Amino acid sequence: MPTRRAFLGNSGIAMFGIGTSPMWLERAMAASNAGGRKKVLVAIFQRGAADGLNIVVPHNDKAYYAGRPGIAIPRPDGKPRSTIDLDGFFGLNPNLKALKPIFDEKKLAMVHACGSPDPTRSHFDAQDYMESGTPGLKSTRDGWLNRAIPKEADQSPIRAVSLGPVLPRAMRGVNTAVAVNSVRDFQVRDKMAGEDYMSRYAASADTQLKGTGKETFEAIRLLESMRKAEYKAANGAMYPGGRLGSSLRQIAQMIKADAGLEVAFADLGGWDHHVNEVGATALLGPLANLLTEFGDSLAAFYQDLGARMEDVVVVTMSEFGRTARENGNRGTDHGHANVMFTMGGNIQGGKVYGQWPGLEREQLYEQRDLDVTTDFREVLGGVLQQHMGQADLAKVFPGFSPKGQTGLFV
Amino acid sequence: MNLQTMMRTKTFMAAAAILVLTSNPLAAKKVVNNDAKFRQKLPSDKQIEQALNRLTFGARPEDAAAVKKLGLKKWIAKQLNPASIPENSALEATLSKMGTLGLSSEAMAIQYPTPQVLTAVATGKMPMPEDPALRETYERLSERYKARIERKKSKGEEDEEKAKKSTEDRIRRRIGTMTTEERSAALRKLAPQQAVAGEITEAKIYRAVLSERQLNEVLADFWFNHFNVYIDKGADKWLTTAYERDAIRPYVLGNFKDMLKATAQSPAMLFYLDNWQSVSETPMPGTKRAAPKGKARGLNENYARELMELHTLGVGGGYAQKDVEEVARCFTGWSIEDPNRGGKFKFNERVHDKGEKLVLGVTIPAGGGMDDGLKVIDILAAHPSTAKFLSRKLAQRFVADEPPAALVERMAATYLKSQGDLKAVMKTMISSREFYSVGAYRAKLKSPLEMVAGALRATGATVTSAIPTSQAIANMGQPLYRKQEPTGYSNNSEEWLNSTGLLERMNFAIALSENKINGVKIDKVRYAGVAKNSGAPEWQRR
Repeated sequence: MPTRRAFLGNSGIAMFGIGTSPMWLERAMAASNAGGRKKVLVAIFQRGAADGLNIVVPHNDKAYYAGRPGIAIPRPDGKPRSTIDLDGFFGLNPNLKALKPIFDEKKLAMVHACGSPDPTRSHFDAQDYMESGTPGLKSTRDGWLNRAIPKEADQSPIRAVSLGPVLPRAMRGVNTAVAVNSVRDFQVRDKMAGEDYMSRYAASADTQLKGTGKETFEAIRLLESMRKAEYKAANGAMYPGGRLGSSLRQIAQMIKADAGLEVAFADLGGWDHHVNEVGATALLGPLANLLTEFGDSLAAFYQDLGARMEDVVVVTMSEFGRTARENGNRGTDHGHANVMFTMGGNIQGGKVYGQWPGLEREQLYEQRDLDVTTDFREVLGGVLQQHMGQADLAKVFPGFSPKGQTGLFV
Repeated sequence: MNLQTMMRTKTFMAAAAILVLTSNPLAAKKVVNNDAKFRQKLPSDKQIEQALNRLTFGARPEDAAAVKKLGLKKWIAKQLNPASIPENSALEATLSKMGTLGLSSEAMAIQYPTPQVLTAVATGKMPMPEDPALRETYERLSERYKARIERKKSKGEEDEEKAKKSTEDRIRRRIGTMTTEERSAALRKLAPQQAVAGEITEAKIYRAVLSERQLNEVLADFWFNHFNVYIDKGADKWLTTAYERDAIRPYVLGNFKDMLKATAQSPAMLFYLDNWQSVSETPMPGTKRAAPKGKARGLNENYARELMELHTLGVGGGYAQKDVEEVARCFTGWSIEDPNRGGKFKFNERVHDKGEKLVLGVTIPAGGGMDDGLKVIDILAAHPSTAKFLSRKLAQRFVADEPPAALVERMAATYLKSQGDLKAVMKTMISSREFYSVGAYRAKLKSPLEMVAGALRATGATVTSAIPTSQAIANMGQPLYRKQEPTGYSNNSEEWLNSTGLLERMNFAIALSENKINGVKIDKVRYAGVAKNSGAPEWQRR
């Protein structure tokens, strides 16, 4: 009802108005001038429950092949369609071949049989728990990534960024976190109108909209310089088309701009392969397509960042794994444990970590799924402590006591 | 280790959750405060505003006065009986120009041929259609497919892909500037497959903006989202139109069980959640395997799980993994006759699991057929968890993100008493004091569709093409018919609040105020200010 809502009028007090130079901007710039670099955590969510057993393949577990006569990735034989051996027991799905050199450089490590202590096989609940960081507890309102952002008086408006049109559960909370669909398009098209909106949001009595408005306008201004120059990836890196490649390219852009990015999030959906997961060969079919996008995007990001990768750790997750045995339609149903990838920083790479519970029926969780031997919070918590320098995990993962034995960091 | 084993049991988790919830003093306090707000009644003019905000896609300039004149109760009674409201003739004229909306899936597969149909015609496995216009389209398109098939054998399909792409690119470049009618005609000839998804998307926006039966449209959006399918999943490109029209829209104010059954038997849902391929693990006597080689060979749990988790009981609704498997067994053989040619529902007795099943404590005796699945639908539709789950979800959409528990209880009681009469449940909700309370007033953030449709309604916009508008809605995070996950979009409106979404809303509002959205025109003299205001904070709530 526009008439009733006829406007409060333009107070003219631009609370975070154009023309003022807030502290964070000065700091970000000072940091940039001083060559100051932040430690960065990039979290990637594979939505839909990726089939970890066909991603990091336990090719030396006989039960793997027994349970998946139609969709197992063939044992390593050096041919392009077979598993790429990593350590004699595990191997990479061949569509992830772009990641093998990074593994060999010891900058990439995986943790297998990772997951949540909660037994749910609901995509929604499991994603919710993995993003809230509190499995089994629905009342948690904020996400672990938001809680992982230390509170500081002056902070860059792009300290925590999610790529895409929505802000994920993991990033929701009291700390500033913005969703950016596209760095290039992140602006109000009309400058006058933009200033008008800015003052209206600043003056709003609606605290939620006021807060998000403030975050938005601050981010717009910070991203302004990045919009102007066409971004070119370094070191000949080629990001693949598709959402994840585009997200990681923009994350790399923001990291290199030294604008204060500390936590980034990107996701890639479509992993729910109940039917015909693998095509006529391991190189075909929906899983192959997604893994190619996944592996090529991560590899391009690694290449693009070059030496800067020291400051950056990428960690991947998916809400749960899939059944150890294939179902009736050359697919897999909802399971339990999965595999997580970690890349960059001081990760002790070149190794697949985690205690392997085995795939024989009696070794499986509820006789059907890979059992969880490492809580996903061990991996995330390790990265927060060892890479981001967060001493206290109790705030990020309340009620969880990490054992700290993943081995990912020395 | 001991603790971990304990954690594994659902009962323990549930008990732990309850303990934490009840022992959190902050949480308890918040509930009390909200309860008081939900008891506080709105003044009568605000009640009209509230009803228009919740039961429509947004008020038009004259709506509040019209409702006041008619009387709020009478207006609601009419909205609850949409057939009693004469439909907007401009809407009907626009919809009638879109050729796909009324077609059966089988007719669609022929008139807007799928790649499988074109390939079949190209290889002589299906005859050319008789209709001359259609024939011309087929000849051109099937040539392309023929070439594609042949080139596959020789030098690959790259050239063909390129040719196809350039034609489609040419259309795509112009598509934003075409009217709905022009686009439908052009696409039907050149890229019929694109016409299908384009028209259903446009129709949704036209209906939201123009329909006089606003509550019906809001509910169609709600229930499609509840029984979400993803239009870009294979055959669902051709099946979604009939799905929404035949399995959702007729029942939004009818009986829930009818809608549940219609969705369970709809090819779009059977395809989306893979049940069409789910077959008995045990072969029929006398045959070596349950299904031919290379085809389905066993059970697929996907539909059974989402049926209980998302469509009926809700995730905490009292089912276990074993129930998922048993329900999946009951639905074996619920399949589709040739989905790529727009096929119908079929029950395939041969692959149905005839053994005894135990579903939520109810024994379904051995030897059953299609009625096994129908019995499951009966059990689920009548279950108290379903009553509560649906009631809460409706209240979350129409009342508040955290709807008052007492209201949900009353709605659930109505559901059970009326055996799933959705109109009765809506009446309980709309006539409640909570619906017209201070706690509910402007408590919801608008979804992108609500924001955009509301702005078009408030500015009296003339829409001649809704594709650019649908793109704006997608940029705000809600691509229509393209929610890949079966959950649909969240009804918790807070989830729409983020910087990109807000920015896109502002940019849409600016473009609308300047008549810079293709296919949309407003009277700038009267409504430019209103349009621009739709990017402001006040507009984002309903």
